[in-house]
Amino acid sequence: MLEFRKDIFADERDDNLIEIGQPTQRQDMLGHVTGTSPYYDDHRFANLLHLKILRSPHAHARIRSIDDSAAARAPGVKRIIRAADVPVNLNTLLSLIQFGKDDEPSLASDVVRYKGEPILGIVATSERAALEALALVRVSYDQLPAVFDVEEALKPGAVSVNATYPKNTFEYYGKYDHQKLRFGDVENAFKQADVVLEDRYQMSPIEHAPTETNGSIAVPDTNGRFIVYTSTQALFFSLDTSAKINAMQSNQLHFIGGTVGGGFGGKVDTMTEPLAILAARLTGAPVRYRFSRHEEMQFGSPRGAERIYVKDGVMKDGRIVARQVRAYFDSGAYTRLSSYAVVKCVAHIPGPYTIPNVNADVFCIFTNRTPATAMRGFGVTALDFALECQMDKLAVAVGMDPLEFRILNAYRDGDMKAHRRLAKNCALIECAQVAAERANWPLRDEFRRMSSREGGSVARAGVADRTRAPAGAPATVPPQPQPVPQRVTYERPAPTAPARTAPAAPPPRSAPPAPPSAPAGSTHGAARFSSVFGTRRR
Amino acid sequence: MKTPIQFHLNGEEIATFAESGANLLDVLRETVGDLSVKGGCWQGTCGTCTVLVDGAPRVSCVTLAESCAGKSIETVAGLRRGADLHPLQRAFMERFAAQCGYCTPGMLMAAKALLDRNPNPTRADVVDALCGNVCRCTGYEPIIQAVLDAARGNDRRSA
Repeated sequence: MLEFRKDIFADERDDNLIEIGQPTQRQDMLGHVTGTSPYYDDHRFANLLHLKILRSPHAHARIRSIDDSAAARAPGVKRIIRAADVPVNLNTLLSLIQFGKDDEPSLASDVVRYKGEPILGIVATSERAALEALALVRVSYDQLPAVFDVEEALKPGAVSVNATYPKNTFEYYGKYDHQKLRFGDVENAFKQADVVLEDRYQMSPIEHAPTETNGSIAVPDTNGRFIVYTSTQALFFSLDTSAKINAMQSNQLHFIGGTVGGGFGGKVDTMTEPLAILAARLTGAPVRYRFSRHEEMQFGSPRGAERIYVKDGVMKDGRIVARQVRAYFDSGAYTRLSSYAVVKCVAHIPGPYTIPNVNADVFCIFTNRTPATAMRGFGVTALDFALECQMDKLAVAVGMDPLEFRILNAYRDGDMKAHRRLAKNCALIECAQVAAERANWPLRDEFRRMSSREGGSVARAGVADRTRAPAGAPATVPPQPQPVPQRVTYERPAPTAPARTAPAAPPPRSAPPAPPSAPAGSTHGAARFSSVFGTRRR
Repeated sequence: MKTPIQFHLNGEEIATFAESGANLLDVLRETVGDLSVKGGCWQGTCGTCTVLVDGAPRVSCVTLAESCAGKSIETVAGLRRGADLHPLQRAFMERFAAQCGYCTPGMLMAAKALLDRNPNPTRADVVDALCGNVCRCTGYEPIIQAVLDAARGNDRRSA
């Protein structure tokens, strides 16, 4: 049985949690199996109108002219919506928390920057009538050269994608073109390391592909208010964004949602509500704006494609002494949430491992691809993929078991992280131990005894041991032969205590400079977070 | 141009008019008002809109409504017997075989088509019967287990 860490928020919480290990039925399950759960499109309105959008067929082009006169005369067409009709056309999602500049139009007027960018909307009595009318719109384009590669976009003379950020990089705090992390001296540590390994990792965009596509229905209410049924994952985020784009007060909008047909991060971008509300305002009728599957794939934002370079220096005894990361996040043509993904990525470097020298440069890059957004751990997941591939390669390079290699380097409580905060509530070692046990993966005794507790591998080893395996119990798997001398304590500079170097360890002690000393014990992690990132939570 | 069309929906006789070329999904949802049928791709690829036409699973978004004239159509709205859930519905609940729930109506109907013609399916039979239905939440395993559970329940009752 695992021991749970109950000291956190102990005074704020009843210690009567009994849910773990017991099935608890979802409150919405009966609706799901009877087909009665109310998704946004399961609401019916008389005289419902339908909004369909004309989208750019080009990745980068200047719009010379738009002729919608034939479309306006087409049967069933009630209204054409152009960029000039949108009260606040330029927006960026995180402007709600004062992060980034407005860079993305609801409807493009002069330049289109990715294939699928919305240009014009047609509101008609049926989806079919709206689509027939869309086919009558004539747009004349001057095609422009496009850039699809993050590193190409950084080269001198590269195509400038986003008018708000002409250098193709998001701007942090009004002046920085990327996020940096500096800790120790990686160059010196690479020189001292026994093995240096560098590799490149490239992700692809990933579409969330929820079975319910993005959509919403905006319904005029009394007193100038609108009721909006929506598939959004982020109800109030979408409400405030819609209010901003429509220059309305938030209290003029009543959003109804909560039943979401799959989101995974793909329904936080407020892609349909603002124009559905605008269409309802302009026509006085309820309007539905529902993505087709093709729109969901082409225009609905995917997880961004990241390119990540990792360079590590490791000692023969298994200690990683330096890690350098250079990463480029492909934000597509507009920011949406990639600027935030970069912040999360840097906060996660160098992974859950104590490394005394860390250096990272992470960029949010604009290209002529579909704008990227949130998806399940965005910013961290791809980095973890790169880092954990790298960890396996490093383990091979030093002849260590990959799991023991991770346990050796894992954060212990009280370790100084590259962000100059103390590691707290660590549990990677315990997770690895349990995973090894369940998978019958052989771990040597000293690794089975290690602990994330402060002092970790030596002083607190008995804690983990007592809860996991009775002393003297025969090991289920015989210890492996040791191919190379291995360091089995995880030592780090401890000015008050004498070094506990394992006898067989080679002498790489001189290599890494001592990390900055720990802050005073009273300093709380959250307080330090604010000093690094400027605000407590994003 | 609207044409008259008659069919049975969950045992009840329906007489209505359908736009020429209208698909069964739109007629069921927009004209008849059976909102238990969900649309996912409107191009016949995801299985979300699966209904039974004369007992056989059909993706209603690419099934011509007119082709169903005189036929018997089943949807999730008719799966329940009064207050009692169908064994498949109970098994889906017990196995946590739904998360967002949007694919569930189509999954249930595809599974019902299987159990109606094969009350003792193997795991391979279940996988084969559900292979046209996309689920993005569960990873399919709880759904497969739920269908097998429901089938075993059938066994117990008939024994």
